[in-house]
Amino acid sequence: MSFVSVRNIAQSYAGRPILERVSLEATEGEFISIVGASGCGKSTFLRLLLAQETPTRGEIRVAGAPPAREPGRDRGVVFQRYSVFPHLTVRDNLVAAEGLSRPLGRLFGAARRAARARAEETLDRIGLGPMTYAYPAALSGGMQQRLAIAQALAAKPRVLLLDEPFGALDPGTRLSMHEFLAQQRAETGMTVFMVTHDLAEGFKLGDRVVVFDKPRRDTQAPDAYGATITYDFDARDGGIPFQRLLAQFAPKAPSLLKTPG
Amino acid sequence: MRLINRKPGRPLAAFLLLLPFMAVLLVYTVASDIRRAENPRDKLLPAPAQIAMTAQRLVTEPDRRSERILFWVDTGASLERLGLGVGIAALSALVLGLAIGLVPLARSGLEQFVGVISMIPPLALLPILFISLGVGEASKVALIVIGIAPVMTRDLAQRVREIPAEMLVKAQTLGASTRAIALSIALPQILPRLVTAVRLGLGPAWLFLIASEAVASESGLGYRIFLVRRYLAMDIILVYVVWITVLAVLIDYALRVVSARAFPWAGEAAR
Repeated sequence: MSFVSVRNIAQSYAGRPILERVSLEATEGEFISIVGASGCGKSTFLRLLLAQETPTRGEIRVAGAPPAREPGRDRGVVFQRYSVFPHLTVRDNLVAAEGLSRPLGRLFGAARRAARARAEETLDRIGLGPMTYAYPAALSGGMQQRLAIAQALAAKPRVLLLDEPFGALDPGTRLSMHEFLAQQRAETGMTVFMVTHDLAEGFKLGDRVVVFDKPRRDTQAPDAYGATITYDFDARDGGIPFQRLLAQFAPKAPSLLKTPG
Repeated sequence: MRLINRKPGRPLAAFLLLLPFMAVLLVYTVASDIRRAENPRDKLLPAPAQIAMTAQRLVTEPDRRSERILFWVDTGASLERLGLGVGIAALSALVLGLAIGLVPLARSGLEQFVGVISMIPPLALLPILFISLGVGEASKVALIVIGIAPVMTRDLAQRVREIPAEMLVKAQTLGASTRAIALSIALPQILPRLVTAVRLGLGPAWLFLIASEAVASESGLGYRIFLVRRYLAMDIILVYVVWITVLAVLIDYALRVVSARAFPWAGEAAR
């Protein structure tokens, strides 16, 4: 049963095709990494998933709902930068995840106190407790992204979209962020789409790795064709396929199931 | 060592800070001495001591007819007009700037209009304001508003548009409505810029205030300057000019301090 269903979408800007014939089915709880060269429509695809743009053709449905026309609470997002609000303290950034959907964009009274208590709890859990009252500008890049992910998850979206969330971080921080994200995902069972430039990262975190590329090229007119999904890898079990097939057909041979690494 | 790499220490910086002020004072004193050596009753460049005496008389002695100290009456009247004008301008610039910056429909409808309005030389409108609103307070406040609001609006709209698109999308994914985004995301983020816009607008605001007071008024700092000009009372004029400058500097400083205190997250932008 597919949870996110992308049916034959195409997107073009000013008559110039960026994406064409892109179809993808994802089940609930799946983690899909999206990789590809620069300028081949990965981020465009994410914007379409986000409903920040509407495709020129085709449609995207989440949980069977009609295609969304603008971003909403069902799709959370974390960008590489600018994902937290600089004028709010770390705690109030989490509170905003609950308050922004209110008519005036904020909570009052008991509801606010409760939201603040929840936010403080979350901050302690994700190791940002000491920064509760700091402004994001005082946080390191890794802390900001951790806050951004926690903020997106606090709104309890159906799908989490990540646009190169760790692209601006140093390798060490990146590793600890991988752990953080894997842990958050294990807790929430969230369906995740992550655009990344880092193949290893894509395979490490994803259940599937889809590759965007241009299958057709016209050297006379480089812009004539758009990109589409050219590969769809099974990234589970360390990226080595057919492991589960084996388990299915040879349940009595557990010694064969040791995954390397 | 290159000139661009030579940084003054504290004492030198303080000396350099005072140097131009001292130079102006010195030039004035010398010029005043020379003129008064030729003609002891010279009125154009009164001696600094005489200016100080005049200043003391102005701020302490009440007017014989009205029994009020005109210096403070003038100051109060001018500051009231300035405050009202700048306040109304800031408020309308905030509302219009948010609308133009955030809402494409408002942008299409208003952006060019505000741009054209800001090109009208405000002083050319002064006669129209006097004719339509009378020569009372309303026309003076209106001149300040018309003079600075369009530029402030354009500035703030630009600042709103500089808010990264990612942030607005993020707010939408957290369920924020247009109103919530305007009030809880965009408004707090441009408030430091509003203070900056007010600080920049105060210069022209003083200009329009003094101009309208000079043309028709019964009180006000600009009114007094242009009134005593008829008697060549340079000592009074100079006291008023210095006072206006002091007021302008104090207001600017106060705004800067308030902004840095109120928006600790904004860093350099609030300073």
